[in-house]
Amino acid sequence: MAVPLAAEGCEALTTAFSGLGGLGVDEKALLSALGKWRHQPEKRAQLRKSFSGFFTADGGFERCDIEFARFKDIMVLWAMHPWERDARWAHHVLQKVHPFDIIVEIACTRSSEELLGARKAYHALFHHSLEEDVAFCVKENYSNLLVGLVSAYRYEGSWINKEMAKSDAETLGSEIKGAGVSKLVENEKVIRILTTRSKPHLRVTFKYYKEMYGKSIEEDLGDELCLRETVQCLDSPPKYFSKVIDDSLKDGADKNTKDALTRVIVSRADVDTKDIKAEYHEHYGAQLEDVIAKKTLGNYRDALLSLVGQ
Amino acid sequence: MSTISVPVSVPSPAEDCEQLRKAFQGWGTNEGLIISILAHRSAAQRRQIRDTYAQAYGEDLLKALDKELTRDFEKAVLLWILDPPERDAVLANEALKKWSPGNRALIEIAVTRTADEMLAVRRAYQGRFKRSLEEDVAAHTNGDFRKLLVPLVSSYRYEGPEVNASLAKSEAKILHEKNKEKAYGHEEIIRILTTRSKAQLLATFNDYNNEFGHPINKDLKSDPKDDFLFALRAIIRCIICPERYLEKVMRLAINKMGTDECALTRVVTTRAEVNMKHIKEIYYNRNSVRLDHALKKDTTGDYEDFLLALIGQDA
Repeated sequence: MAVPLAAEGCEALTTAFSGLGGLGVDEKALLSALGKWRHQPEKRAQLRKSFSGFFTADGGFERCDIEFARFKDIMVLWAMHPWERDARWAHHVLQKVHPFDIIVEIACTRSSEELLGARKAYHALFHHSLEEDVAFCVKENYSNLLVGLVSAYRYEGSWINKEMAKSDAETLGSEIKGAGVSKLVENEKVIRILTTRSKPHLRVTFKYYKEMYGKSIEEDLGDELCLRETVQCLDSPPKYFSKVIDDSLKDGADKNTKDALTRVIVSRADVDTKDIKAEYHEHYGAQLEDVIAKKTLGNYRDALLSLVGQ
Repeated sequence: MSTISVPVSVPSPAEDCEQLRKAFQGWGTNEGLIISILAHRSAAQRRQIRDTYAQAYGEDLLKALDKELTRDFEKAVLLWILDPPERDAVLANEALKKWSPGNRALIEIAVTRTADEMLAVRRAYQGRFKRSLEEDVAAHTNGDFRKLLVPLVSSYRYEGPEVNASLAKSEAKILHEKNKEKAYGHEEIIRILTTRSKAQLLATFNDYNNEFGHPINKDLKSDPKDDFLFALRAIIRCIICPERYLEKVMRLAINKMGTDECALTRVVTTRAEVNMKHIKEIYYNRNSVRLDHALKKDTTGDYEDFLLALIGQDA
């Protein structure tokens, strides 16, 4: 009697956590799976032994903490002012290794005024300037690129000098072709163009690049991940974000990749969710809401859907 | 402190505009009248005059002045009428168009303004020139100068008083090391000078002095002809005491063969409402001659009268 019960209960619990690889927790299913074993501690003991979702081998229970916290995180982040949000993400990420993707994302997909606001919030919260901390904490070869990206206050108008865009495309082309052994991410000319030009100008520059060299600049950047992400974020945030979301919903994604789902949905809710959904549909052939509804659980799922829905 | 004196009962913008219009009419121009009005109005009042003039006469006051005035006087008046951020933006653009390694106007602007003032300058620059300031700095400078100047104009320094003492010590050491290796364009020097808050840098420079027995600028004098070293020293001096730096700029402008009107106009029009009083005091202490006397000897005509009015000494 005991074995089938434990197996059935265990299955129910595992489903509530979506096989422990899920995003969020199905709170109702959890309640029904565990709640019925009142006055039956020996049944709960068996569940405890066969289900590894709550407790780790040494008795800790952080594994489920993360999944339970997703709903809390998304609510707190949603309530926060966007500038404070960006400042806190940037600060948090600067303490870890390989922070470039979130810093690049914030620096390149926010408008000039939003980035400025984040820098102001950073002052108030952390008593340093953002660029100061990026310069100091990032010791890898992409440090100069990141400092340039977070310091930019790009012109936001649509006026473009076509000749300059062509010349920038040529410069990028010759630097990329001639790169050889040295890393492009440290290349002054590349950094100058990517960190100072306006976004409309850069989009036209990338178009000219493709016309001149036959391939998109992203392709030619090969395995220069930091530069590729910079170009993607500057060129088309919705396309970039649809990929980040897709990665986060894949099975077996690691914690950082999964956390990106909350970050993207919350930070873009007031900005370009519609465009992201359109890109997602175009590239992955599905409605974003449907995939989120399938792959996430509980209150976390409801929160995501309310931010993504019409 | 400001050296501008505004009359206690100031005429309305409409009255001022009427007077200015009279000053333009007929043959010649009544420069004295123009000076007596414009040199004695605050930035907010000047903006009102500009708006009222445009409404009343359908013409931008700047255009009218451009038609009536000439040369150094005209340039000074046109700069004076602009709002401070726009003025700095125009000066920055000018400095870039004729940039050379010995040109330190950009450094002067970028380092003596507060972080928020510099932000306003960048906004005004975009509004006027349809490009970002850092874009133009990157395009008009090269080599080590570009590596130094782009971050310098892009930084948004923390303005609080907090200082991390151990960081000041460690960064003073880094600066000293790089100076010894003569690696003046090194990334670490640029990082420290262009991103740290002014309070933090002051602590760092003090630490440098205490630790190594002499001010950091002494170690940056190895080659008197090196413009890059000059630029680094200028940044440091602007952080330590902007008024002393600006006094020196004025002194050199006045003592130069002929006179560097460009520099004089820049310092006087941008600092008259900010800290010109302090600069005057430093000038007198340093040269044993009053600034207005020096200007009287070195400049002439309406330009002289205008400068004197701005520094609080009418003829």
